[in-house]
Amino acid sequence: MDLKKRVEQCLGPDNLVVSMIECQGDLSVEVPKRSVVDVMRLLRDTPDLGFNFLSDLFGVDNLDLNKPKKKPTKKTEEGAETEEEPEEKGPFPPRYEVVYLLLCLERNERLQVKVRVEESDMEVDTLTPVWKAANWPEREVFDMFGIRFKGHPNLKRLLMWDDFPAHPLRKDYPLEGQGEERHLIYDD
Amino acid sequence: MDDWLIAIIKVVGIWVWVLLIAVVMTWVERRGAALIQDRPGPNRAGPFGLFQPLADGIKLFTKEEIIPTNAQKLLYIMGPLLFSLPAFSAYAVVPFGDKIILGGKEIILQVSDVNVGFLYILAIGSMGVYGVILGGWGSNNKYSILGGLRSTAQMVSYEVPLGLALLGIVFVYGTFSLRDISLAQQGTFLGFLPNWGIFKQPLGFILFIVAAYAEANRVPFDLPEAESEIVSGYHTEYGSMRLGLYLFGEYVNLVTISGIIVALYFGSWHMPYIDLGAYLGPISWGIVSFCIFFLKVSFFLWMFVWVRWTLPRFRYDQVMGLGWRGLIPLALFNIFITALFIQLTV
Amino acid sequence: MNQNPTPQTGHDTGDYVTVNIGPSHPAMHGTLRVVALTDGESLKKVDPEIGYLHRGVEKLGESLTYHQFIPITDRLNYCSAIPNNVSYEMAVEKLMGVEVPEKAQLIRVIMMELARIADHQVCIGILGVDLGAFTPFFYLIIQREEIYEIFEWFNGARLTNTFGRIGGVDADLPDDFEQRWEELKPNVRKANDETEKLLTHNRIWMDRTIGVSAFSAEDALNWGFTGPCLRACGVKRDLRIDEPYCMYDKFKFEVPVGKNGDVFDRYIVRMIEMEESLKIIDQAYKLYKEMPADAPLMARVPKVIKPPAGEVYSALESPNGELGFFVKSDGSAKPYRIRIRPPCFMIYQAFPELVEGELIADLVACLSSLNVIAGELDR
Repeated sequence: MDLKKRVEQCLGPDNLVVSMIECQGDLSVEVPKRSVVDVMRLLRDTPDLGFNFLSDLFGVDNLDLNKPKKKPTKKTEEGAETEEEPEEKGPFPPRYEVVYLLLCLERNERLQVKVRVEESDMEVDTLTPVWKAANWPEREVFDMFGIRFKGHPNLKRLLMWDDFPAHPLRKDYPLEGQGEERHLIYDD
Repeated sequence: MDDWLIAIIKVVGIWVWVLLIAVVMTWVERRGAALIQDRPGPNRAGPFGLFQPLADGIKLFTKEEIIPTNAQKLLYIMGPLLFSLPAFSAYAVVPFGDKIILGGKEIILQVSDVNVGFLYILAIGSMGVYGVILGGWGSNNKYSILGGLRSTAQMVSYEVPLGLALLGIVFVYGTFSLRDISLAQQGTFLGFLPNWGIFKQPLGFILFIVAAYAEANRVPFDLPEAESEIVSGYHTEYGSMRLGLYLFGEYVNLVTISGIIVALYFGSWHMPYIDLGAYLGPISWGIVSFCIFFLKVSFFLWMFVWVRWTLPRFRYDQVMGLGWRGLIPLALFNIFITALFIQLTV
Repeated sequence: MNQNPTPQTGHDTGDYVTVNIGPSHPAMHGTLRVVALTDGESLKKVDPEIGYLHRGVEKLGESLTYHQFIPITDRLNYCSAIPNNVSYEMAVEKLMGVEVPEKAQLIRVIMMELARIADHQVCIGILGVDLGAFTPFFYLIIQREEIYEIFEWFNGARLTNTFGRIGGVDADLPDDFEQRWEELKPNVRKANDETEKLLTHNRIWMDRTIGVSAFSAEDALNWGFTGPCLRACGVKRDLRIDEPYCMYDKFKFEVPVGKNGDVFDRYIVRMIEMEESLKIIDQAYKLYKEMPADAPLMARVPKVIKPPAGEVYSALESPNGELGFFVKSDGSAKPYRIRIRPPCFMIYQAFPELVEGELIADLVACLSSLNVIAGELDR
């Protein structure tokens, strides 16, 4: 049975699947934010899924995707078919998403699990009790996007310094930076 | 008057000679490393890069002396001095040849034939640790302190097997004087073995050389200055000639240790099976004995280089374990066996 | 939660001393920093701090076109740039649904395996240096130079190769590759032999490495280990076999696995992998020679690459482990989001667990055996 059906079978009964997309063979499942840890446990412990390895965890900022599209200057066909309709101005999907890349070592199957994060509620449950590997990636997501992980043992900035004022991988952060300076304090 | 003159010439002469060997050793070390490691090494200054130590010396002398702000100045300055002075004075009791007869006067080729030569070496040798610990403490740097602590623990621990190993030699030859021991190593025993310390004290020799490597802070016992772990240990904060004194003192120590090894275990200035002294005149035998001694010393100096570029480094607890659980029981066993043997045969 | 507080420099408390190791320290390759709370020589608590080489590669990627990003990937694991390039190219190719010609795939395999050998040589050499054995480093690094000679003569760069293009490779192997390769192969083997002689059965080396920072397979999987570090723990996992890419399924090679996951096992696994890589290159070159001389090197891709909107993740077995690229496209000429999954990011986060309770000297040994490269760690 192919992966999509199995995932549906596993998560479907509890209404845990928001949507499912397949792109070039990569299956990605969007799940509700509040139950992400349960979903991970289910995916890990269900025998015919067995996603026992957290390969990666990262954030995506969909700010530019959510903007109303300008008229494409070139009339490429690929662009047109996937674009959401420009007139659909209604409520955009939440701005951020956190993507979990799972891997089943026995069957070598990969699955992307996504949660959407609203700007008003930037908190996701931490995955560190399930996989210790989530530790630094979650810190990095916090560092780069400002998404907080509830229950994380040590949620500090990872790559930027501690009092860095912004979240650099957000789409509204300029590439050149904003002139932040690090003031080193030397103790005697 | 003559005696004074001879004494002064010997002191100055041997001092310059040891310094010269130490200087050349820095070159040998680098070229030897290059030879072992498949690379050219320093080859620009002079023929075969022989002037490289000179260039290094000029650099060390002319560099700015920086005393770290938070260092304890007195200790910081005393460190290198306390390390290098014992190193320079330890060679005084080690012979460098048999004797030479000039104008009817017999001159032994040794600065001073002290009848407690061993004790002098052990006493002076253990002074060096003060230089290390004071340097490490005075630098006010955590790595330096760690290096100083490692060095102290290591030197104190390895002094015990070193002394015990030497005791075996004392049992065999019945004297503390290095010259007397050297003289006693002529001829053969059991008909075919040279009368050398290594054949009479094989275990003692192994114990001595291991402990000596540890005392000299050489690989595989170079933990006090392990550059990949604690940067450079006790000389992390040192620069210019102060660092030079540390490095230099180390090479002088190597010369001394090699001299002791040769004098005690490798027949000093004797050739095996041949008594050259019987065939040569007094002056030429003096020179030849000096050359033989020096050749043997060079071999052991080379061995220091050879081992350094071959072996990895021990870990701190392993060094301590080896010292206390390996070497000391073995050394005691060696003494026991030696004493038993002497008791039974004599 | 933790008995000991997070160590901070300048705050020595009671019996413990805080030692700040790095970012400028001989054993902290590149720019790593470890703040360690020590009790004499033993480590009570270890806090690795990263980010000193953070250059915002992922942010940069969002403002460059797909092709312009390839040179940036060189700067990830700078010890072996080629797998980085290929991994990124594979991700974009997957997004576009492009099939790369077989000849190009073989060239990629040959170059990637050469890079793997070079990477392992550096790793083992540095491991030796950090444990005080200086000489093997030179034996290995001389051969690495020879491999870099091949890279240089292939595309003009030694370290930052910018190898290949999206859709294939830009140039064929030069004519005298075979000759160069036949010269190189015995020399690499000889250098490895000499290293083995100097290290593997050396009593001091064994004492320093066996049992040091041992890790169980469950822990390793839980922490997201991949590559030689995971294999050293006894898990037979290699993307080249488990998720074959670039025709790896056509080659016969062994995947070495260790037992204890200690420094020694990591070292041995890397040593064996080098030998296996030599075999793979031989087989790949044999297949390559069977290809017609005018076989295509590039798939048909447009000059301006505009993949359809979508997101894919593609990974390959880099010398350090699973190196993956997540590429999200919005249909324009620039990627919308590039996420790099660096292997040593996952491995290094377990560092405190690996070394706490051991000695300072073991910290150094463990760090070099993990082969943490600051470039891909901080991105």
